[in-house]
Amino acid sequence: MAQYFSRMGDGSPIAVTKDEIMADLIEGSEDAADRAKVPALSQGEYEHLLDIFCAREKFMSVEAGKEVILTYDAGTLKIRRVGVNVDRIQALQIYEKLLGADTMELSHVDYSYKPVKHIAIFEQPILEQALLGTHIPLFYGAQPNLGMYSQPDGPFPNPAELMPMGKIQEAQESYEASVVDLVKDIVYVASLMYESGADGINLDTTGAAGDADFLAALLATEELRAKYPDMCIELGMAGEFVLGMHSQLKYKGHRLAGMYPHDQLKMAELAGATIFGPVANTNTSKSSAWNLARTITFMKPCGEIANIPVHPNMGMGVGGITVNDHPPIDIVSRSSKAMVEICRLDGL
Amino acid sequence: MRGAGDLVARMQMSKGMRNEEAKAYVAKKLSVGIEDLTDPVIMNEVRTDLGIGVMTPLPGVPKGIEAKFNIAKALDIDINCVKRFLARTS
Repeated sequence: MAQYFSRMGDGSPIAVTKDEIMADLIEGSEDAADRAKVPALSQGEYEHLLDIFCAREKFMSVEAGKEVILTYDAGTLKIRRVGVNVDRIQALQIYEKLLGADTMELSHVDYSYKPVKHIAIFEQPILEQALLGTHIPLFYGAQPNLGMYSQPDGPFPNPAELMPMGKIQEAQESYEASVVDLVKDIVYVASLMYESGADGINLDTTGAAGDADFLAALLATEELRAKYPDMCIELGMAGEFVLGMHSQLKYKGHRLAGMYPHDQLKMAELAGATIFGPVANTNTSKSSAWNLARTITFMKPCGEIANIPVHPNMGMGVGGITVNDHPPIDIVSRSSKAMVEICRLDGL
Repeated sequence: MRGAGDLVARMQMSKGMRNEEAKAYVAKKLSVGIEDLTDPVIMNEVRTDLGIGVMTPLPGVPKGIEAKFNIAKALDIDINCVKRFLARTS
């Protein structure tokens, strides 16, 4: 039986048959459907994915007319991460003029709202100068990163230490106090950057510290929307599933713990987000076919029910893409094509 | 910016339009077909004519904030930094 080139979730090359690919597609989709209580993919969608995985081309793309735009997280930070020693305004120009980016994001290396709070007035002039010389929409972005508010990094008792001691209520109270401070910091930084001219604010990796982290991002979005009705707020998630670290937090009557992307989207809409970025995480010990079918099963309901643009996270370790510092173009392009063609998406 | 992705993004960001609506809006405002929005040859000519910024700018063409004034006009939208520029200079 013919063998086809593919990869595992960690990027390792593998040779697989059509039957093996199809089996993984079905298993991955059914895993997501079972977890999120959404429909598995249809036979036609499985066959479309099979065609994509069995194509011999190294690079694949969507058919003409189905192109989507790209937004970025940690934009200027990534130029530094790869060791290109340029200023951040130059980094923005590199993305715009050399990489043809549709949008870009100015960000600080300490990519969380709490540390940015202290240097926000030094970030503003950089943004203001960047806006004079660039053309594409510029976001200012950082992570909510609620973990920075508990000891030893922050002022509140550490829930991860309290819970093993059985101090559940104290841990929950610590999370609730952290939410209040985090909302203040997000609103403070986002307000300054918007008043400096930013086209949008990105709350990236939302929910990384669980339901309290997600709640803070929603409350900050709500406050910013009331303060600046025209502000673009992109709310990107950290994972496919909101961890119930507190477990009882609600937003407008909806319990946040355990929410999957299609429910997270509805919370983002309720809060007033402009763009929502759902996530599905990659399992390194499963194949790319398994991971991609699983991701698409999570994302498809989002695209179908959304009233706002949806930009799923596609990059290292998310969106069916391998967990590898150098994501291979065969999987990146296959995943991107499949996501756009099967789900009703607005960007990546 | 090789095509019109930045303009489509602006419609998603400023009006919350979904992709198909945003593409149709931009195409109509620029008087081009939707399929032209990703064509770098066609869009370079359109962008040059409208002064909305190009990848390889010749001397004298609008650049940076100048081009964004023209983008706001071409798309009939507010751009935050353009409003800010006006507020601080007029």
